[in-house]
Amino acid sequence: MTGEMILTRNFARSDAHTLRAYLETGGYRAWAKAQAMEPTAILEEVKRSNLRGLGGAGFPTGTKWSFIPKSHAGPVYLVINADEGEPGTFKDRYLLERDPHALIEGMLIAARAIRSATAFVYVRGEYVEPWRRFSSAVQEAYAAQYLGHGFDIVVHRGAGAYICGEETGLISSLEGKKGWPKLKPPFPAIKGAFGAPTIVNNVETICHVPHIVNRGAAWFAALGTKTQGGTRMYSVSGRVARPGVYEAPVSITLRQLIYERAGGVTGNGRLKAVVPGGSSAAILTADEIDVTMDVDGLKNAGTMAGSAGVIVMDETVSIPEALMVVARFYAHESCGQCTPCRESTGWIYKITHRIVEGRGRKEDLDTILDVAKRGAGTTICAFYDGAVGPYISYIEKFRGEFEAMVLK
Amino acid sequence: MSEGDGYPGLTDPATTVFSEAQLAEVRRLQSLYPDPRGALLPVLYMAQETFGWISLPLEEYVATLFGLSPAHVHEVVTFYTLYFREPPGRHVVSVCHNLSCHLAGAPGIIGHLRQRLGVDPGETTEDGRVTLLSVECLCACEAAPMMQVDDRYELNLTPTKVDRILEGLA
Repeated sequence: MTGEMILTRNFARSDAHTLRAYLETGGYRAWAKAQAMEPTAILEEVKRSNLRGLGGAGFPTGTKWSFIPKSHAGPVYLVINADEGEPGTFKDRYLLERDPHALIEGMLIAARAIRSATAFVYVRGEYVEPWRRFSSAVQEAYAAQYLGHGFDIVVHRGAGAYICGEETGLISSLEGKKGWPKLKPPFPAIKGAFGAPTIVNNVETICHVPHIVNRGAAWFAALGTKTQGGTRMYSVSGRVARPGVYEAPVSITLRQLIYERAGGVTGNGRLKAVVPGGSSAAILTADEIDVTMDVDGLKNAGTMAGSAGVIVMDETVSIPEALMVVARFYAHESCGQCTPCRESTGWIYKITHRIVEGRGRKEDLDTILDVAKRGAGTTICAFYDGAVGPYISYIEKFRGEFEAMVLK
Repeated sequence: MSEGDGYPGLTDPATTVFSEAQLAEVRRLQSLYPDPRGALLPVLYMAQETFGWISLPLEEYVATLFGLSPAHVHEVVTFYTLYFREPPGRHVVSVCHNLSCHLAGAPGIIGHLRQRLGVDPGETTEDGRVTLLSVECLCACEAAPMMQVDDRYELNLTPTKVDRILEGLA
């Protein structure tokens, strides 16, 4: 299964990031079409396309847009989440560097649908080159008069904090504060950035919008499954022969992605485990990979599509060591606002560390499971639930390997 | 670190330390946001680029540009990893230690850098040339192991490639 390249169709062109190349390949035609459409017609088209958020949560995009209060008279903001940081994910970096005008065109259309005159693009601070590329494209779009006539884009750099990829943490950061997530409700669509109704969408999600407008919702919906339209960009890394970004219909299976696209396991080794949707997704064993890679397919398999960052582990990989690396990440990135998250992530990292160092205790495994399960769902944002995914699944699915370490 | 050290010429936090052109840039940045405070992160970047790192007096100075309390600016500066609260080396080498890089040999790369530079992650070489950091996912997992050297991503690292990169750092 290869399928049509949509988001990545221009990646092979070395000048794909320029306005000239974008226009040569049909760029900004969707915007011309959208300008003749009523905002509600655009919104309905995106709803019918079954486009779902591709940053992590998988929420239906058109539905999210529809939450902006119809009676609202003041400003509405569009915020693009380019704070890519989920371990194992690198797709938005490719889009910002290689097709920045696709994002700008998608933003123009999205802004028309939600009646926004100002957008902020929040780029992670470490992404210096993607930030430069995207900023240059914004300048080109201003010079070519796509921007500045009722719609402005402000490019904003983050400063190093994973939690700012969480939409309300991002909003706090954009407002000049530490990136603490906010309690919902109110949801950002009602009261978001600077107190105004705000839609936060991921880069890749918005890059799909011009194609939906050009080719129609029915075409897009038919590319995917019953509940999710389109293709998406899978970031595949770890122990595979050809790590990289692979665009595929969301109905592709994990097995196809690994063996038909990424060249299979490194050195023809044996597959042991796969993280299918960034490090916050529950791990799958080698015999659980006949699952479709859409939001609901992975949800039904007890994990999540998340950011579609696929991390492959072969038999050389120690699962307890992998969990320690993942636990270190959550301990470092917990913003410290909610006690269950702040305390559990720190302690669980310490426990995994001592297990890996051979100082683990027999009761450690049940302690981690107990702490993880008690804290799940008790915090302001989804960060801790994202940490709980790996804590529980690594131990429950590979318990024997952990026990061999704590009992020796 | 004691207050007042770190950058030349600033003894009183109320003294203007940005140039007139930079102050104009601060005002332009502030005008981009519905609330001028939105420009705090970009202005802190400007301050860091100008003075090399962000000291407590510099936090106080930036606070005056926003009408914010120094405590608020301190809270922001200390929350993020990309603001330096002590002088970094002339080059900052940040090695990713997250999962995909770990699977591809990041611990060996970090070990190699420790040995070559004679410092642990979080430290700066005595000659002030390099600050070594061990960091979370930089989202270039397809080219693991990798590191960031100042603004650049250096991909598919081997000890030999690391040596070549280090030789290029003045």
